[in-house]
Amino acid sequence: MNLISFPAITGINYLCGKFHHLKMHNRRPVLRIAAVFLIICLSATAGEGRVFAAPAKDSTLTPKPGFDANKVILEHIKDAHEWHFFAVNGHQVVLPLPVVLFVAGRGWSVFSAARFDHGRQTYKGFRMLTGDYIRRYNLPAKSYFSGKIIAVKADGSPNFDLAIYDYSLTRNVMQMMLSAFLLVLIFVGMASKYRKNPGKAPSGFQNALEPFVLFIRDDVAKPYLGKRYLAYLPFLLTVFFFIWINSLLGLIPGAANVPGNLAFTGVLALITFIFIMFSTNRHYWQHIFWPPGIPLWVKPILIPVEILGIFTKPFALMIRLFANMLAGHMVILSIISLIFIFGGLASIAGWGFTPVSVAFTVFMYLVELLVGLIQAFIFTNLSALFIAQAFEGGNHQGEEEAII
Amino acid sequence: MIILNILFLATGMAKVGAGVGAGLAAIGAGIGIGQIGANAMDAIARQPEMVGEIRSNMIVMAALVEGVALFAVVVAVLILFVG
Repeated sequence: MNLISFPAITGINYLCGKFHHLKMHNRRPVLRIAAVFLIICLSATAGEGRVFAAPAKDSTLTPKPGFDANKVILEHIKDAHEWHFFAVNGHQVVLPLPVVLFVAGRGWSVFSAARFDHGRQTYKGFRMLTGDYIRRYNLPAKSYFSGKIIAVKADGSPNFDLAIYDYSLTRNVMQMMLSAFLLVLIFVGMASKYRKNPGKAPSGFQNALEPFVLFIRDDVAKPYLGKRYLAYLPFLLTVFFFIWINSLLGLIPGAANVPGNLAFTGVLALITFIFIMFSTNRHYWQHIFWPPGIPLWVKPILIPVEILGIFTKPFALMIRLFANMLAGHMVILSIISLIFIFGGLASIAGWGFTPVSVAFTVFMYLVELLVGLIQAFIFTNLSALFIAQAFEGGNHQGEEEAII
Repeated sequence: MIILNILFLATGMAKVGAGVGAGLAAIGAGIGIGQIGANAMDAIARQPEMVGEIRSNMIVMAALVEGVALFAVVVAVLILFVG
């Protein structure tokens, strides 16, 4: 899944730079080339795109009678190999997605997830796990969850020797590709409009997006990054719009919850971390390993904290975006599930509760729209801040040791 | 068997712990963001022409505080759904 997001991001990265009427004076082309190279190398290590996919211990393994709210909520939040839209008359309308597997000895296998028949069939020595299978073979619930693909031996028992690298085009991947495609469409259109009508006032959709682009440039990039803002502006714009459009698409019923996936936010935080590392200068490392203005006996305590701080800042970025998006979706799904839970108790209670639940859901949807935008902005803002902190230093010549 | 019983008891207590933790996190977020909002209101009352800047800074600070509360929520979700 990361395999798709990285090239999409860097591609948009470049296209976003075409916005500006002025010529792109990219004084640090090596930075961008290095970023792209690293991204391509790192994408080779992309594995399962489903980090947050551990199921509830009781629900997805042992089916409960009636309406299992836990299972329904987790199914909507997690990634999956098929896109489930709705059910008509008990018949599920699903779109099975391609499964792409790489096994060291056997090479690549590409086939449709429909071959697995929801986990009932073994295909080409692979099997999609279901609750029954996990219970039958007593697989540890922490690493083996419903929907994971494992290799099986001829008799159907799990084959622990073969390591499978799962590069499938799952729901999240397809949604990210869709959002990347939409972004390219929108921004290439905007860029060509700017080129065709130079100096004229913007119109249409271009008019709607221009304030956001200018906001990122004037209130996020320029204040923090100063003279070197142009080198980082494509990255900041890409991150902002990518997170925002994924949040928006994730709100459509039936869509996948992309920013609520730890792997997605983790990769974005990793890219930010790489940008930070590439922008550091001597003062940054000096401040970390020998903080100025601190008495000598505090330094052994502070230096490990500072070293940890290098990693906790992008980590916080990752967790913040992930938790916000996940919490929002879980609340919406829980409120809707309440209808069915009440309906399970008494049919009239379900009907009566529906208006309350729907009203609350509409309110939560509005909050989620706002939160999606705010979180995208916060991610961009903090990325710019951390990058700026990496190369600010150098103006502490006058400071002496602090007098305690 | 006794150990199993204790373990199951522990799982039950763990869920209570997760619930209490998430609730406490919500209290913390409420207090923090309430203070940010209150001070923002004061600042806007003192200088009404700076409303735009104050509003943007208030939203940024509120999101940061909320991020910290959501760390606790993530821990609670981990307790509930993983082990």
